Amino acid sequence: MNFAASPVLALTLPVWRSRFLLLVLLAGFALLLGRSVYLQGLNNDFLRAKGESRFSRVIEIPANRGRILDRNGEVLAVSTPVKSVWAIPGEVQGNRQELVRLAALLEMSAAEVDKRLADTDRDFVFLKRQVSPDVAERVAGLKISGVFQNREYRRYYPSGEVMAHVLGFTGADDVGQEGVELAFQEGLAGKPGSRRVIKDRLGQTVEDVESIKAVRDGRDLMLALDARVQNLALRELRAAVERHRAKAGGVVVLDTATGELLALANYPTYNPNKRNRLAGAPLRNRTLTDTFEPGSTLKPFTIALALEAGRVRPDTVIQTAPGSLSIGAATIRDAHVEHTLTVAEVIQKSSNIGAARIALALPAQSMWEMFQSLGFGTAPGLGFPGEASGKLRPYRGWKPIEQATMSYGHGISVSLVQLAHAYSVFARDGELVPLSLLRVDLPPAGRRVMTPATAHAVRAMLELAVNRNGTAPRAQIMGYRVAGKTGTAHKQENGSYAADKYVSSFVGFAPASRPRLVIAVMIDEPSVGGYHGGTVAAPVFAQVMAGVLRALDVPPDGPIRPIELPSEGEEVKESI
Amino acid sequence: MTRLNLFLLAVLIACALGLVTSQHQARKLFGELEREEERSRQLGVEYGQLQLEAGTWAERARVERIAARQLRMRVPEAKRLQIVRQEGAVK
Repeated sequence: MNFAASPVLALTLPVWRSRFLLLVLLAGFALLLGRSVYLQGLNNDFLRAKGESRFSRVIEIPANRGRILDRNGEVLAVSTPVKSVWAIPGEVQGNRQELVRLAALLEMSAAEVDKRLADTDRDFVFLKRQVSPDVAERVAGLKISGVFQNREYRRYYPSGEVMAHVLGFTGADDVGQEGVELAFQEGLAGKPGSRRVIKDRLGQTVEDVESIKAVRDGRDLMLALDARVQNLALRELRAAVERHRAKAGGVVVLDTATGELLALANYPTYNPNKRNRLAGAPLRNRTLTDTFEPGSTLKPFTIALALEAGRVRPDTVIQTAPGSLSIGAATIRDAHVEHTLTVAEVIQKSSNIGAARIALALPAQSMWEMFQSLGFGTAPGLGFPGEASGKLRPYRGWKPIEQATMSYGHGISVSLVQLAHAYSVFARDGELVPLSLLRVDLPPAGRRVMTPATAHAVRAMLELAVNRNGTAPRAQIMGYRVAGKTGTAHKQENGSYAADKYVSSFVGFAPASRPRLVIAVMIDEPSVGGYHGGTVAAPVFAQVMAGVLRALDVPPDGPIRPIELPSEGEEVKESI
Repeated sequence: MTRLNLFLLAVLIACALGLVTSQHQARKLFGELEREEERSRQLGVEYGQLQLEAGTWAERARVERIAARQLRMRVPEAKRLQIVRQEGAVK
């Protein structure tokens, strides 16, 4: 039997069926081909990214925060890496003993660690930040799963409390929060970078692919401060504040040639390396952000204005008898009653009546303009956070009594830095240079405030105040000629003057023949051993100035003979 | 013809092996570079810490205390100072 001949099998299929099958298969191939072209050629980014994510990693490169240096390159602030210890509460697997040891290493109580780990919903909780590297290593040695470490930076201040107020400090993220650290945050911080690398299965980097963002380390900052001068200033200031049981004090040392601030000492002070105790009164910056009524230290400016206007000459006689002067309802008194005083003696003996009489002969506007041009009432523009501008009211509202009291420094408030800056006018023959917290290499151009002749005349008067017949015999320094002025003012409390609270100050410069430095000293509420600027602040000035002149090798310009102090009871007390 | 093909095959294999070796070398060197860079970072950190330490040891108040207490040094009084002026000194 021939199967092929069987009629059942002889059934012939239509040709289109095989063609159709072929077409379907071809279409399937075409589809696959198209898809593969699409994936490999046209839209390959996604797959490539997926592939790369298996081996390529972007790593962050943290920027180092710049150092802060003093003018001679001494390190004042430096950042070094530390670790932060953190945990995923839900994943921490450690027995009781391990956790107790962890707590002990981190200097925390076990209960505190438990509390942090209690909230198992959270994915991230800091156990402790800024842990020193060796402690961090021992924590890692415990090998508790779920506890991790991150690298971060911590700022250290080798000079500790000495520079605290100027430098300020940084927060936990090494971001400036106070002082210079905040003022120059931008430059100090730098910019973190990142790069793409290829890592192998062990996590080791095997190839550098590209640098995405170049890292820019923070720049070092060179301050105008001189560590030697600052130390000296703080040491003397501390001694004086303790000797007179005062509340606080400040010292400013200014280079007259460049306007650089060589020292800004504050007491009480704090240690910026101990962060948990940063609060309260010790944080206050008495030199830059606090203001006070300066008292008699403002008299020389009134006299300078009168000299400039041609109203008086240094030997013009001013009537000061009978020791009191009534203006309206108020009375001004002198502590030291004289019949007449020359203008120079008004400064030397610090006569309120003399200064008031001279001031009342001057137009209010010109007095205001003089104060304004000296920088009173405007912030010094150092960029320091919170620098005070002081209070100088517009002259239109001045009453005669106010104009009179302002001539001897009441009814006006200034910061100690402003006061030192204003005195540099006398030291620089009538010019004012801008102040600087940063080191200045080229002396800046000055702005003329008064004629050289006036500045010289006032300088001579200020030199008279610093001898045995003046109010500041204790400001004398052996071997150098010194010029300066004392100030003693009642403190303002709740809108009126407190009878027994004073601010004593002294501002002066040396060597008087060619001034190099201006030093301003302020002691707040001295309560023991006198309260006059001449007894409290002037000795601090002399000590600091003598030390700084020696440290800077300034040649002596005066006779080397023992300092003459007036005998007991003969000393000229200034009027308050 | 076959000979040429065989020769080319040998060259190809040599080139391929060369590529593998050089890639391996490159990775090894890169690893070394990474380690050195890490070391330089470490040294930088150490430098910072040493600076800090030096700063702490050389802190003026401390030096002064040691000079005054242990070495019994003090600043001479002004009347015991002699100022020597240099001839023709430039100020």
